[in-house]
Amino acid sequence: METPSSAQFEALSVESAAVVRQESGWRRARRSWSVRIGGCALLLILAIAVAAPWLGTVDPTLFDAGSRDLRPGASGEITTLEGETVSHTFVMGSDSLGRDIYSRVLYGTRVSLVVGISTALLSLAIGIACGLASGYLRWLDGILMRFMDGIMAIPAILIAIALVALWKGSLLTVIVAITIPEIPRVTRLVRSLVLTIREEPYVEAAISLGTPAWKIMFAHILPNCIAPLLVQGTFICALGILIEAILSFLGVGLPTDIPTWGNIMAEGRIHFNEYPHNIFFPGVFLAITVLAVNILGDGLRDTLDPKMAKRV
Amino acid sequence: MWSFLARRVAATLPVMLIVAVLVFLMLRLTPGDPAAILAGDAASTDQIARIRANLGLDRPIFMQFGIWFGNVLTGDLGESFYYKATVTSLIAHRLEPTLSLATLTLLIAVFVAVPLGVIAAWRFGGWFDRMLMGFSVMGFSIPVFVLAYILIWIVSLKLGWLPVQGYQRFADGMLPWLRHLILPSITLSVIYIALIARVTRASVLEALGEDYIRTARAKGLPEARVLVRHALTNAAVPIVTVIGIGVALLIGGVVVTESVYAIPGLGRLTVDAVLARDFPTIQGVILFFSFVYVLINLLVDLSYVFFDPRIRY
Repeated sequence: METPSSAQFEALSVESAAVVRQESGWRRARRSWSVRIGGCALLLILAIAVAAPWLGTVDPTLFDAGSRDLRPGASGEITTLEGETVSHTFVMGSDSLGRDIYSRVLYGTRVSLVVGISTALLSLAIGIACGLASGYLRWLDGILMRFMDGIMAIPAILIAIALVALWKGSLLTVIVAITIPEIPRVTRLVRSLVLTIREEPYVEAAISLGTPAWKIMFAHILPNCIAPLLVQGTFICALGILIEAILSFLGVGLPTDIPTWGNIMAEGRIHFNEYPHNIFFPGVFLAITVLAVNILGDGLRDTLDPKMAKRV
Repeated sequence: MWSFLARRVAATLPVMLIVAVLVFLMLRLTPGDPAAILAGDAASTDQIARIRANLGLDRPIFMQFGIWFGNVLTGDLGESFYYKATVTSLIAHRLEPTLSLATLTLLIAVFVAVPLGVIAAWRFGGWFDRMLMGFSVMGFSIPVFVLAYILIWIVSLKLGWLPVQGYQRFADGMLPWLRHLILPSITLSVIYIALIARVTRASVLEALGEDYIRTARAKGLPEARVLVRHALTNAAVPIVTVIGIGVALLIGGVVVTESVYAIPGLGRLTVDAVLARDFPTIQGVILFFSFVYVLINLLVDLSYVFFDPRIRY
């Protein structure tokens, strides 16, 4: 008779079955190619945003009457704020005012990332508060969730457009206007997680030990919501970047003197037939950034939150 | 079944009421005199006073809501100061292009996405499946207006196959109507295809694991029949649900697409109204879009009875 190998032996023994180590989601996430590719691309974009002034750019608001509508790669001149005229290579061409598209696109990265990350954080924070309240304080649940249903019944872009129109566009109002329609989704997610988790034995144990409600929420329930919330957060970030670009593109977003991808494209609309580069370059940057965040989110969802991965 | 229908219809009424409250509050919670905001920048003191009296702005806020909501229920969405017309008539005039665009987009999306999703689930893990999932992430990421310009540039400017922009009424002939709509519809359908294909794949994949699929295969049914009649039918409820939810995406997309392709529909009206700060129109269009969205999702709910006879609460 063959002697069983140690691995087979372990698989048979009841005690060892109990301590089979399940690889943690975080470790699986770090090995996932989606997370690696998306994360690296995002880090690169972040680096571009931070290092924008040192990447051969000029002040994105500078213009020069002599350098209007240059094709990508053409050389021209640009006047600095001090009134000096220096020669400059327009890698991505220039717009109809003679501004450097390359500089504007690179500085636009900053706005997009700030808006995306802020909307994700803000909607997560408010959504967590509402979701915990709704899932834990039953008397509040009915009213709060009906209210959230109401917000969800209005298409997100319409809420954002209307709010920005009422408040006039600034970085803060744009972020808040994009955040508001995203809150109900986070609230629903947190609420459903709370309703599941509060039935777990360890929560029951905590309740019977007399742990106060706020401590149960923050010490026992919230830590178990982090993975799905992180996944949701990345998707909101992608959506936030997209909606900001749409708002600016439609002319209702940030003021036109701020270089954002949407603004650059909005200005390039009229001359699109002759000079498609005004729309092409910011469009590619926008698509790649959103793609990177979405790929990262997909990877995180598949590894951290297998339950949600099965749902969609 | 009738009680199920009645309950579903009754459940949407509170949602509509809350939407109305939110749209109403949007304007009231903005700093400044609502009458002045509604009247626009060019309004005279007389006009502002008339709007104030009309909305009952000197009365308590609940009364104001009552008056406004009563008007909305009778189809009176107020008066646009920019277009010098009632908002209701503006919406009615702009409905055709948007309805055409949305319907065509929906048809393209469903007829492309569902077969793609079924094939991907059938060949789960294969190259087709992986390509579709890759395409779906890209579809979610590429902004509608960037895609619109890429398509205009290639199809209309370089190849010259289709008109660049504009809209032809359906009454002026089917072919010109279609020629103007085909590019916007394809643009708009991409994100929708990504969404529906993903859910179809997941849903059919789940159905394919069921016992009745094994039975169907064991008794020698052709694979196509197993996939369509047995798997897809049983996977229909999540697919129909996501088509309904996706209408929100479609409405958002309509606003952008109509703006790029210069289609004089409701989306274009929204943007123009926002740029002119024409609040009665903005309010009216938002209410209208939300109403349509809720209505479509109600129809989706009701269609469950058709797809899944077990649902008879």
